[in-house]
Amino acid sequence: MNGHNKDESRARRAFAFFVLDPRHYQIGILSSLIIIGISKFEFDLPLWHALACVGSALVTQFAGDKILKRKFDVRSPLITSLSLTLLLRTGSIWLSIAAGVLAIASKYLIRVKGKHIFNPANFGIVIVALLFTGAWVSPGQWGVAPLLALWLAGLGVLVTTKAKSLDLTAGFLIFYAAFIFARSLWLGEPMSIPIHQMQSGALLIFAFFMISDPKTTPNARTGRILYAGLVALLGFALQAFYYQSAGVIYALILTAPLVPLIDRFFPAKIYQWPQPKPKTGVSHDKTIQKLA
Amino acid sequence: MTKLSKNLRKALGLTALITALGFGVPAAAFCGFYVAKGGTDLFNESSKVVLVRDGDRTVITMANDYQGDPTEFAMVIPVPTIITKEQVHISSAAILEHLDAYTAPRLVEYFDDNPCDPQIIYEMSQMRKGATSSPMPIVQDSSLGVTIEESFSVGEYDILILSATESDGLQTWLKENDYQIPDGAGKILKSYIRQDMKFFVAKVNLEEKAKIGGEMLRPIAVAFESPKFMLPIRLGTVNSKGSQDLFVYALTKNGRVETTNYRTQKIPSDKEIPVFVKDEFGEFYKDMYAQTAKKEGGSGVFMEYAWDMGWCDPCAADPLSSRELRELGVFWLDGDRDLTPTQRRTMRPRPQPQAQNVFVTRLHVRYDAKSFPEDLKFHETGDKSNFQGRYIMRHPYKGDMKCEAALDYKKSVNKRLDKEVKTLANLTGWPRSDIRTKIDENGKGTPFDLTQTSDKNDWWNRIWPGDE
Repeated sequence: MNGHNKDESRARRAFAFFVLDPRHYQIGILSSLIIIGISKFEFDLPLWHALACVGSALVTQFAGDKILKRKFDVRSPLITSLSLTLLLRTGSIWLSIAAGVLAIASKYLIRVKGKHIFNPANFGIVIVALLFTGAWVSPGQWGVAPLLALWLAGLGVLVTTKAKSLDLTAGFLIFYAAFIFARSLWLGEPMSIPIHQMQSGALLIFAFFMISDPKTTPNARTGRILYAGLVALLGFALQAFYYQSAGVIYALILTAPLVPLIDRFFPAKIYQWPQPKPKTGVSHDKTIQKLA
Repeated sequence: MTKLSKNLRKALGLTALITALGFGVPAAAFCGFYVAKGGTDLFNESSKVVLVRDGDRTVITMANDYQGDPTEFAMVIPVPTIITKEQVHISSAAILEHLDAYTAPRLVEYFDDNPCDPQIIYEMSQMRKGATSSPMPIVQDSSLGVTIEESFSVGEYDILILSATESDGLQTWLKENDYQIPDGAGKILKSYIRQDMKFFVAKVNLEEKAKIGGEMLRPIAVAFESPKFMLPIRLGTVNSKGSQDLFVYALTKNGRVETTNYRTQKIPSDKEIPVFVKDEFGEFYKDMYAQTAKKEGGSGVFMEYAWDMGWCDPCAADPLSSRELRELGVFWLDGDRDLTPTQRRTMRPRPQPQAQNVFVTRLHVRYDAKSFPEDLKFHETGDKSNFQGRYIMRHPYKGDMKCEAALDYKKSVNKRLDKEVKTLANLTGWPRSDIRTKIDENGKGTPFDLTQTSDKNDWWNRIWPGDE
C-alpha cells in the first residue's frame, strides 16, 4: 500500500515538474530530439558539437552567476545550448564553444532596463555564422519523420507554456504562413511549394523554441503579437528577396532592439519564470540539483 | 616497379584496386527543359551540372547526352540575369567526364595476407569511366510582351536571352517559333516571370555543328552574378514521367555545398561487400542508390563525394588540373585573379601539379514533381571534411596456411563473409539466396571449410603437440 502511494505521489510530482515550468518540458524535448536525431534520423550532428555547445554555455552561465553572486540555474543555459546544438553547424569545436560563450555572455552584457536584449541562442548563432565561414545554419537537414515529431513536440510547448508563447509561436507561424502562401498565390505556384516551405526543421525549431522565449520578447500581449508579425515579415523578406535560407534567424536578431520600444508603447509586467511554491518547491529543487 | 616502391607497398601490406563508377545514365537534359519540335517525345532523365560559386559569382556548366536529331533540339532555362555573349562559353565534355570520374563512387579491393607469412603484395589498378554529355537550335523575336534581350551564337549554339511580361505571351511566342511547350509549363513560366527571371533559349546551329563535326553537343557554360544559388528544376519535371537524375558538381572555396530546402544525405559508404560485386559494380551501385532513395520515398539529395580538389585517397581519377578548373569557371585560382585573358594566354604554362583552394561536392539528386515541388536551393557550408562513396572488397587469403593462427583467421573470414552478404542484401535489396548463389558461381570469396581442421586445432591439441 505504502509503495503504491509513494509511486503515485512520485508520478504526480513528475507531472507537476514538467507542467510547472515550461523550461523542463523544453529541455526534455530538445535533448530527446538531439539524441533521437543522432541515433535514429542520421542528423549530421557530431557529438563534440553538442558537448561543446552545452559545456561552454553552462560554464559561462556559472561564471556569470558567480560574478554577480546569483544562484546558478542550469535550465536557461541548457535550453539555449540545446537550441544552438540543433540549429548551428560548425566545422570546428572552437566555433561551437565560441557560440555557447557568446550566447550566454550576451545575456549578462547587453541589457536594457533589467531585460537582456538578444535571445541568447539567436545571438550566438548569428554572430558566429556571420564572422566565420566555418559556421552555418542547415535549414534543410530534417527528414519527414523528425518533422512530424517536431510538430508534436512543438504543440506540447504550446500546452505547457499556456498563453505565454502562444502569442509568439502561433502568431509567428500564422503570419509567416500567410506571407508564404500569399507570395505563392501571386506567383501562381502550386500550393505544394508553400506547404513544402513550411516544413523546414529550422523554421519549426525557431518558432517553438527560440522566438517563444518570454524573456527577450515584449511583455504585453499586443506587443508580442505585433513583434511576431514583424519577425515573420522580415524573415520572409530575407528569405524570399535576399535568398537567405536562414532568414527568420536573422530577422529575430535584427528586430530584437525594437523590443524595448514596443514595451514602451505596450507596457506590462516583465515575465518571470514560474517560482516554485513552497509546498512543491522542496521536491522541485531536489530534482533540479540532480539534473545539474 | 622500383625496389623502393615495392618495399613501400610491402610495408603497407595491403594494396587496393579501385573501380570508379562513371555514370552513363541514359538520355539526359539540362535542368531547364527540352522543347522538342515535331512532337518528338523527349524525356529528361538525367543531367550534369557543374556549379562554380564564390560570393554571388556563379559559373554554371550544363551537359547532357542528347543523342537525337540536332534539328529537334532546343532548350529553355530560366536564368536570374540577362546573359551577354561574353558570359557564355562552350566547354569540353572531356573535362566533365574527368570531373565525373574523379568524384565517382569507388570500389576498393584489398587482398588479405597469409596470416602465417606476413606481407605479400599484389597490385592492380583499373579505372572505368562512363558517360558523356552534349546538345540544341534558333529563334526570332515578336511582340507578345516578349523581348529579345540578347541574341548571339557561340560554337554550335544559337542563343537568345528573353524577358517576358506575361506567361501567355511567352508561351505563344515559343509556340510560334516551333517549340512544343508541355502542358502545365505556362504556370511555371509565370512564376519565373514574376520573379524577374530571364529565359536562356538555345538551339543548334546546323551549319556550325557540321563544321565542328562529331556526334555530341558540347556543354555550355554561363557566368553571371546573382545572390540566387539555385537550379531551376520545375520546368524539367513538366515533361518527364517518373523520376529524373541530376548530378551536381559544386566547386567552391570554403566547404561542401548542400541544399537548403531539401535534406542532403550522405550515401551509405565504407561498406564491406562480397568480392563478386567487382564484376557488377555498376549494377550494385544503381540498385544501392535506388534502395537508399526508396527508403526516403523514392527521391532525395545524396552526397556522393566531398573533397579538397588538391588530392584524393584512393583516387578514382587524378584531381582536375588548374587548366581544367579554369575551363569550368573556377575564377579564384591562385595567381590567376588579376590576369586579363590576353595575359593568361601569353603566360607560359607553369608546372602546377594540383589545384588548390577548391572544394568539390558531388550531389546526386533523384527527383520527381511530387516530392520536389520547389527548385533546388543551395548554400555553401564551412564543412571541409572529406567524404566519398567507397565500397570495400576484401579477398581472403587462399594459399597454404600452416600455423596456429590459420584457424582463427579462417573463422574470422567466414564470419566476415557472412556479414558481407547481409550488408549487400541490406544495401541493394537483393535476396540473400541470390547473393550466395552468385558467390558460389564466382568461386571467389567462398567460406573456408572448417570441418577438417577443427579437431586438430583445439587449444589442448596445441599444449602437447607431440602426443599421438
